[in-house]
Amino acid sequence: MALGAEASGRLAALLRDNAEQVTKRWTEIVAASLRGRLSQAELRRQLEELHRALVATGEQGTIDLDTEHATELRAVLAELSRGWARQGFSATETAIAVFALKDALLELIEARGGEGALRDYVAFAGLIDQMGLFTFESFVRTRESLIADQAEQLLELSTPVVKLWEGVVAVPLVGTLDSARAQVVMERLLQTLVDTGSPYAIIDITGVPAVDTQVAQHILKTVVAARLMGADCIISGIRPQIAQTIVALGIEFGDIATKASLADALRHVLRLSGVETARRQSRRDA
Amino acid sequence: MERVPILKIGDILLVSIQVDMSDQTALQLQEDLAERIVATGSHGVIIDITALDIVDSFVGRMLSTIASISKVLDAETVVVGMRPAVAITLVELGLSLNGIRTALNVERGMELIAAARSDEFEEDDQLDDAADAETTASP
Repeated sequence: MALGAEASGRLAALLRDNAEQVTKRWTEIVAASLRGRLSQAELRRQLEELHRALVATGEQGTIDLDTEHATELRAVLAELSRGWARQGFSATETAIAVFALKDALLELIEARGGEGALRDYVAFAGLIDQMGLFTFESFVRTRESLIADQAEQLLELSTPVVKLWEGVVAVPLVGTLDSARAQVVMERLLQTLVDTGSPYAIIDITGVPAVDTQVAQHILKTVVAARLMGADCIISGIRPQIAQTIVALGIEFGDIATKASLADALRHVLRLSGVETARRQSRRDA
Repeated sequence: MERVPILKIGDILLVSIQVDMSDQTALQLQEDLAERIVATGSHGVIIDITALDIVDSFVGRMLSTIASISKVLDAETVVVGMRPAVAITLVELGLSLNGIRTALNVERGMELIAAARSDEFEEDDQLDDAADAETTASP
């Protein structure tokens, strides 16, 4: 809802003439809802900035958040809600920061009294509601981008390539394997093969909850790519249900070695690379 | 026209491809390599493609052809140093470079050829032993 040119002028004048009083009251109300999680001075600074932007926009004529000359006001509001979203304030607290202006204004208008006070207040309140909604939207946008960032970090975290032995690396896959993750795993594994010069890789799927044709396809592609580079891949950690699913779906692993556990796979690889393992005789027997 | 150099290291010929392969370069390489294998009597060929950013079906076929030619001249071919990105692309394209042995790097490639040769010699020894009953068994 836009505020007419006349009403805008009145609002700007009201805010400008009572700047000190408005920001003080506004800060008090917001600070009460925050319970000291943001310092009074910092809060005051942010609200003064918003106040200034509102006055500046009001002096130029109609206040309408959708128009060109409200750019600065929009920027200030977006900045405020971004900052609060990142600092972990709730949506309600962020919205109250804007809506508290209503209370501060109401006191001013009541004190001034006169004709049309109610009409003015309703018009101002409409504008503040609009500002509140805008704040809320930028708050949600910021949160969403935070979630997207975290999902990306999770992707990075969840696919480590570990060295098991000289020349043997393993990828313990955990969680559902979709195309994006499969791609990351493949690239990371192949790069590690090059970096470490390991001729053997073990892909452990103990932590993969379900294997469908698509997941199998991703794993097979990784194995073939590793072979092209001159490394051998073994698939391990196939649980009984997964084995049944694989057979039921008719997935062919061909001549790729599959083992039930990571230990079996490591033993297999060590035998292939000619490493002898023996249990040391215990002291009691000696 | 660019030519790919062929280096002889002991019993092995090392081909390091550093330029983009054109039809002409590829044909020249096949020719040169066949000549060198015969001239030096090498039993192993290592083709290093570390520097290749792109391996398309054409380069893939060239590698297969070189492997076949070497096989006829009794030399083992190993392709080494394929980059992860190249391997992924080949898999996505469905090219699996059948009949070509691969290794991670030149060192591993040389080990692979040495292993293949020693297997052959052992087999030869066994054949000799069977034929020559009077000779005592070699270690």
